[in-house]
Amino acid sequence: MGKTYTRPNSMKDVLTHYCPGCGHGMVHRIICEVIDELDVRETTIAVAPVGCAVLAYDYWNFDTTEAAHGRTPAVATGIKRIHPDKLVFTYQGDGDLAAIGTAETIHAGNRGENISIIFVNNGVYGMTGGQMAPTTILGQITATSPYSRRSEKEGFPLKIMEMMAVLPGVTYLERTMLTSPKEVIKTKKAIKRSFKRQLDKKGFSMVEILSPCPTYWGLSPLESIKRIENEVVATYPVGVIKEDK
Amino acid sequence: MGKKKYKLKIDRERCKGCLFCAEACPLKALSISDDVNGRGLKYVVLSSPEKCTKCGLCVVMCPDCAIEIVEEE
Ligand SMILES: Cc1ncc(C[n+]2csc(CCOP(=O)(O)OP(=O)(O)O)c2C)c(N)n1
Repeated sequence: MGKTYTRPNSMKDVLTHYCPGCGHGMVHRIICEVIDELDVRETTIAVAPVGCAVLAYDYWNFDTTEAAHGRTPAVATGIKRIHPDKLVFTYQGDGDLAAIGTAETIHAGNRGENISIIFVNNGVYGMTGGQMAPTTILGQITATSPYSRRSEKEGFPLKIMEMMAVLPGVTYLERTMLTSPKEVIKTKKAIKRSFKRQLDKKGFSMVEILSPCPTYWGLSPLESIKRIENEVVATYPVGVIKEDK
Repeated sequence: MGKKKYKLKIDRERCKGCLFCAEACPLKALSISDDVNGRGLKYVVLSSPEKCTKCGLCVVMCPDCAIEIVEEE
């Protein structure tokens, strides 16, 4: 092809603790590529979650802080209001964002904070051992839904993006997945759009990424990707959900 | 000045053997190793270097920054 393609500058030269085939590593790199391309490494502040990505600050070569479980949008709100010219984003799992942090997510969106949320949805609580999350799809077996998730007992999967779409403060929502180079490139475009919109002071945006957790899905990495394509997207269709001018 | 040449560089110690790269490779030039790396994991190898066009789709899929396309010295 006649081009080099190397580890982004914003990504530190360290090994990550993630399991083989974990989506977090891909999303970390994609974010770093976008930050390099926008040339904002020195003016970015990220807020890492509680969850498998809790150590993101060890992997990212830009300012990253850590918030209590689910509170990243509240912490990011404070940072952004003090530093309106910095790129401020939160990085959250689905347990962090859609369970313990539901209130912070909804209210940050409703206030129209000019921040970006990167929402990595793997359908389970990875860090604590693969328990059911609000986002777990119907029929999925997890450590705390051994009979599979049934709507009458465990309730329905929570579609956070569709809920957020009704809030006037929310200006851009897109859901993507990590199943092929094409979809990974779409994910990168979505993250870039979200960051650019923030830099243009367009307001609150969120990108949800359907991400594999081979370890707690009990599947191989390649089977996990197939599962996203064959099962997960049926509940969480990918694409732009909302985009204001 | 001659035309620049590029090559695929795989860091076997970074690789965790997920094979997202091998699946994504349009020419199926990558496969899994027989032995293991320092962490006891099988890693990916460029088993058919002659097929590789350095398209970079493997790099796009790698969760561990284990594959890079670099200039050949
Ligand atoms: C206040 C509080 N409650 C519960 C926990 C335990 N805990 C740690 S991570 C986690 C869920 C993480 O799941 P998710 O956000 O989906 O991220 P993943 O690990 O899957 O990437 C929970 C419940 C905690 N650390 N703090």
